[in-house]
Amino acid sequence: MMLAALVTPAGERGFLPDRTGRPTPWVIAIMMFVTLVVAAAGLAMANAARVLGDSVTGRYSIQIPGGARTAPVAVATARRVPGVLAVNQVPEADIRATLQSWLGPEAASAGLPLPALIDVDLQPGADPIRMTTQVRRAVPQARVLAYSEQLGPVTGSLRALQWLALGLVLLMTAATAATVVLATRGAFDTHRSTIEIMHGIGATDEQLARLFQRRLARDALVGGVVGGAAAALVLLLVRTVPGSLLNDLGGGPVLRPLDWFLLALLPLLGTLVAMLVARTTVLKALRRVL
Amino acid sequence: MGGVQVSAIVEFDSVGLRYGTGAEVLKDLDLRLPRGGFTYLIGPSGAGKTSLLKLLYLAQRPTRGRMRIFGEELSAAPRDAMPAFRRRIGVVFQDFRLVQHLSAFDNVALPLRLAGRDEADVIGPVRELLAWVGLADRAAAKPATLSGGEQQRVAIARAVIAHPELLVADEPTGNVDADMAARLLHLFESLNRLGTTILVATHDLSLIAATKGAELMRLENGRLVDPTGALRNPPRRVGEG
Ligand SMILES: Nc1ncnc2c1ncn2[C@@H]1O[C@H](COP(=O)(O)OP(=O)(O)O)[C@@H](O)[C@H]1O
Ligand SMILES: [Mg+2]
Repeated sequence: MMLAALVTPAGERGFLPDRTGRPTPWVIAIMMFVTLVVAAAGLAMANAARVLGDSVTGRYSIQIPGGARTAPVAVATARRVPGVLAVNQVPEADIRATLQSWLGPEAASAGLPLPALIDVDLQPGADPIRMTTQVRRAVPQARVLAYSEQLGPVTGSLRALQWLALGLVLLMTAATAATVVLATRGAFDTHRSTIEIMHGIGATDEQLARLFQRRLARDALVGGVVGGAAAALVLLLVRTVPGSLLNDLGGGPVLRPLDWFLLALLPLLGTLVAMLVARTTVLKALRRVL
Repeated sequence: MGGVQVSAIVEFDSVGLRYGTGAEVLKDLDLRLPRGGFTYLIGPSGAGKTSLLKLLYLAQRPTRGRMRIFGEELSAAPRDAMPAFRRRIGVVFQDFRLVQHLSAFDNVALPLRLAGRDEADVIGPVRELLAWVGLADRAAAKPATLSGGEQQRVAIARAVIAHPELLVADEPTGNVDADMAARLLHLFESLNRLGTTILVATHDLSLIAATKGAELMRLENGRLVDPTGALRNPPRRVGEG
């Protein structure tokens, strides 16, 4: 359907002069490029938030200040709670190594009081309150923290950025539509005498609208393909940069096949929008003319 | 009056036209063009000839009165209905209105292509007609490279290519020499014999004199005036009186 709408019937070839070097495809290419990169970043952000969220759901940390002695009690208690999958005490050497990277070599001295840290994984849907109350009854000075709460600000800002990206994509779509309106009006004014002549000898509004909707749809498709190719190139290049956001996350590639599919859909959507916008613009302008 | 009623292709009933808020340029027009007729519209410059033709080729709507064309009341017909009627009317505009980026051939082919005619059935008739108006070797030329007379002939070829039921021509021989004028008149007469109703606005008295059996309509100050004896059919030879 859409492809057929792009092809000029033999009889109508040349009805509008084919002027190459028109700016519209290039403007649309630039807008499409920016839109795609922003959309890709948004999708990457959404995926990152999800992977991060998945990795910490059901994961809890029991912290016992100066708890070298009470830690085994807490471990044993936690293991007996139904719904608990795994309980692991973080080795003191690991804690020291982490601290050392923050505080320097002094952290290695045994004088610094270290808390005991115990990681607990719950089955999906298991009730953390029960585990918390039982551990605290056995070891009153223990504190139980959910990883997801500690990561809250991070996942929260990822979500915010993702909405920002969506907003930007919508804004760019509106700007693209506005560009198409301006380009169509420009083309309409340029070819006004041709349109009036054709109208005068029996061209229908539909025939004239099709001339413009085909032209703008082709401009948008060319722009979409060029902008899309540039965006794809940039995204693939960024992926090869180590540590970049678009690099593979622990949970897999940041952009899944579905995401690439959605991104590829954007230029086609742009073409459709251009076609409809050009059509309504011309039909409206024609109603004013005659 | 009161004779045998030939079916009318155009009927005006107290038609008036004003542009915007200006004075009426056409006033109380009552007229009737019989189907198959050949009529000249004459009158001084500014009398309203072009305005009357615009009503006929549906570029303007009357501001009052009733206008029937092809038996349809068109003074208030919806704009969607217009293209189908416009296709049954051939127009030679006073200012030609050729599409500048299209060749002479493509300009002449335009009505056929707009009507969705197969390309195979476009080429032959267009070539033939261009040859008839003496432009066979100018088929590929753009209007800007054609002389005024050549452009006028392209405009005429475009107006008649689709064998319209009604042909409306606004000073169609204004830019051609006497020989070409005679040739174009011959084209109009052939078309008329095939059934096309013809209305030509002109100043060219020799053209009128050469058309046996043509009717005359005279416009003055936006009103149709009763044709004088001199203008009655058959017209007296110019210069004979
Ligand atoms: N588009 C227009 N807007 C306003 N006035 C017009 C327009 N076209 C023609 N007129 C006026 O209408 C009158 C008749 O003009 P026109 O129909 O062109 O006469 P003719 O063709 O007999 O010379 C003139 O006074 C002219 O100035
Ligand atoms: Mg005139």
